[in-house]
Amino acid sequence: MSLYLPIAEMSVNIFVILGMGAAVGFLSGMFGVGGGFLITPLLIFYNVPPAIAVATGASQVVASSISGAITHFRRGSLDFKLGTMLLVSGLIGSTIGIGIFAWLRELGLLDLLISLGYVLLLGIVGSLMLTESIRAIRRASKNGPTSLRKPGQHNWIHRLPFKMRFKKSKVYISVVPIAALGMLIGILTSVMGIGGGFIMVPAMIYLLRIPTSVVVGTSLYQIVFVTAYTTMIQATANHTVDIGLASVLMVASVVGAQYGVRVGQRLKAEQLRALLALLVLAVGVRLAIDLVIEPKDVYSIVEGSST
Amino acid sequence: MMRICSPIVATTFFLSAGSVFGAEPLSGPPVNVTSLQETIDIGVSTNEIAIASNFSGADITVFGAIGNTDPLLQEIGQYDIVVTLEGPTEDITVHKKRRVFGIWINTESMRFLDVPTSFSMASTRAESSALVPLQYGDIEANVDSINLRKVRFGGGSVDVDAFREALRRQKINSGLYQERPGSIRFISGNLFRATLRLPADVPNGVHTLHAYLFKSGQFVTQRNLPLRVVKTGAEQAVTDAAMNHSFFYGAFVVLLAGITGWLASIIFRRD
Repeated sequence: MSLYLPIAEMSVNIFVILGMGAAVGFLSGMFGVGGGFLITPLLIFYNVPPAIAVATGASQVVASSISGAITHFRRGSLDFKLGTMLLVSGLIGSTIGIGIFAWLRELGLLDLLISLGYVLLLGIVGSLMLTESIRAIRRASKNGPTSLRKPGQHNWIHRLPFKMRFKKSKVYISVVPIAALGMLIGILTSVMGIGGGFIMVPAMIYLLRIPTSVVVGTSLYQIVFVTAYTTMIQATANHTVDIGLASVLMVASVVGAQYGVRVGQRLKAEQLRALLALLVLAVGVRLAIDLVIEPKDVYSIVEGSST
Repeated sequence: MMRICSPIVATTFFLSAGSVFGAEPLSGPPVNVTSLQETIDIGVSTNEIAIASNFSGADITVFGAIGNTDPLLQEIGQYDIVVTLEGPTEDITVHKKRRVFGIWINTESMRFLDVPTSFSMASTRAESSALVPLQYGDIEANVDSINLRKVRFGGGSVDVDAFREALRRQKINSGLYQERPGSIRFISGNLFRATLRLPADVPNGVHTLHAYLFKSGQFVTQRNLPLRVVKTGAEQAVTDAAMNHSFFYGAFVVLLAGITGWLASIIFRRD
């Protein structure tokens, strides 16, 4: 059955889109991530224009993150002060990102930079996660459970100025890395259509030394608002949000996520992280292959009246 | 692009775009004919193609008739008809990739102005025909004759032909440019029927149907009809909203996402 996408101006197979949404939702529920870093490349592989894929991907992340954010809100497992700092810097980053997005599109470099950005990002984050989780698995097999947080251990980040106390997270750190992290995530949301949870969570754990108990809730709180804002801006500035595509993806992914959560609960945390790392790397490698191998046709065409 | 119609002779043929061809006088002798100039006329059952959410392409059938023909020439197949459907024009940029540090990057580009976004053609003459080739001149009667002369250079390349060929190839591969040579059938006498295929991602806007008549390979006359491709109902409403009320559209998408996520958390709630 085909579905005509009014904004993308193309006809797609609704079952393919449903399948993509459900699969990404399943994985996002299993690993506790938004899934934007999977949905955007998948849509691009399916010939959806990258601009539409990025903008619509952001709206899908809103849907997949909000139920998690509600759960954490109910349990109180999020740091509002920290989350709001990340959020404000994220909104600034997202606005800058929209500008970059429009500029790259004009230069005809958007597709390349989206792919290149994904390869770098997924490659780095995937390798870091993989080595860390393998180490954790080894440790766990030797001497039982380990804690990611090592109290008292400080790194260069803790020597930065403008320190602030975050009671809920029980940390006293500089606002500079927080603002930088938030902005980076905001830019990535606009340019690449990702929520950024898979970067923010490790960054908060390893760099900012935030307790794991509040990390996921806080990052989800930030992601919901930054992706919602990005969707709004993409819709108003670039007209690249396809509501048809978005709604099919949303419904499929939130349903898929519920089953993913159930599977995820049966796996150990470090195993889960190792699997997620492999998945992240696989998507990165797939995109890298496209960049490196000789294309079937070295020519490509772009329609439109803008220069 | 709007080609200027070149009716050489005033005919009494009147054919509104929306009328069914059968209702028209088919071969009534034209009044005030000063020469025996051949004529061609076409009609379609609709002047509007509606795109709904289940649109997956469409065939449009064009009926037509040729008049004032020389029976002898017609008997030996000297008359050729080409019917085309040209989509609205847009500027198209062709990028060429080159390997830079192991990565394939768009390095050169060329911009073609006012290129039809889609093109579908049917003709009487099969591709393999050994007859005198049709003299197209400036007529865009097949994919190879589509005007790609207006060019703006983006990067230093001078190999315009390679870029032109690439544009045509890409358009053919995506199904937006198609040719069906030899597919026009004469139903009886001067009456013919042509079927053109609209691909699923046919661009919206005003398309133009062209019918060209050739005699012994030489262009004689042509006839044009507009054909509108429009999104209907919900599709049009969505496009309007996205373009003209983009703030509310964006807010609605976010709201939809919020409700979807929230409903899921209620329906599947386990704690």
